[in-house]
Amino acid sequence: MSTRRAILYAAPLVAAVAAGGGFYAVLHRMQEGSFDPHGVPTMLLNRRVPGFELPGLASAGFASTDLFSIGHPVLINFWATWCPPCIEEHPVLMAMQAQKIPIWGIAYKDKASAALDYLQTRGNPYVRNAIDAPGRVAIDWGLTGVPETFLVDGDGFVRWHMSGPITPKMVKEQIEPLMKKYGG
Amino acid sequence: MKRALLAVLLLLAGAHVAWAISDPAEELRDPKQEARAEQIGRQLRCLVCQNESIEDSGADLARDLRHIVRQRVVAGDSDAQVVAWMVARYGNFVRLSPPLEWQTLLLWGSPVLALGIGGLVVLAHRRSQPKPPAPLSEAEQARLRDLMKT
Repeated sequence: MSTRRAILYAAPLVAAVAAGGGFYAVLHRMQEGSFDPHGVPTMLLNRRVPGFELPGLASAGFASTDLFSIGHPVLINFWATWCPPCIEEHPVLMAMQAQKIPIWGIAYKDKASAALDYLQTRGNPYVRNAIDAPGRVAIDWGLTGVPETFLVDGDGFVRWHMSGPITPKMVKEQIEPLMKKYGG
Repeated sequence: MKRALLAVLLLLAGAHVAWAISDPAEELRDPKQEARAEQIGRQLRCLVCQNESIEDSGADLARDLRHIVRQRVVAGDSDAQVVAWMVARYGNFVRLSPPLEWQTLLLWGSPVLALGIGGLVVLAHRRSQPKPPAPLSEAEQARLRDLMKT
């Protein structure tokens, strides 16, 4: 068999193996949650959070100015009672609370009464709670769905973003090192 | 000041409408402005359904974005300003027709690339074609004539 023939026969095989490897890598990353084909990268990365002021659930809410000089990193978690992936994520948030990782919650397109009910029955992982009932502030954050979480450093700059539920693996491999890096 | 007042009045006039897809109440009163808003909306991707424009999508977020597009049109923004407003929040992903940048060069260049590859294949094919056979010799032609006669 000539080398030309050999190359002709081998080419499809090589292409198939390469494609298979690529598919495997992508599917594997999708399964562990580190890749989301529908994910929209945030425009806020390494920028300051947009200006906003939101009412609270039971007590006072919070505003962008609270984040500009907070002095330690904090997670901002958009969630909703009507969102199954948020319910799936909830135990992970509770575990982070037990680790003393501060999370501020923003209930998205929700009713304050429903949100309070949810936190009372399932547990409240949030240090502070706000509500964005019309969902207008969320658009300034570039939110595409819930849950969506932003890691904001002590000066109010977004350093990390996840659209979709956070997994324990992400907490260990991404959030914990970043909290340490930004002085949590 | 007069314009701002007018814009506020127009906004208030539009504030009572209920928002739903293909709901006539969602449309602006001024057909010219509505046409512009629709034309802008058709260039913007719904971030939930992703392959639909916000004009075609029934998603909640798409409805909110349609509403914002109309607010900005009424406020006097140009088409480019409205799109820029969206891009500032959602990135170029929100544009259904991405701009020509170095990141999108391969995308925009793909027709030229495809044409080039096709041209190369045609060229290679032409070169590898065997030469036409040599013309028949005198003896062969005589034999052919013989064969044709019978």
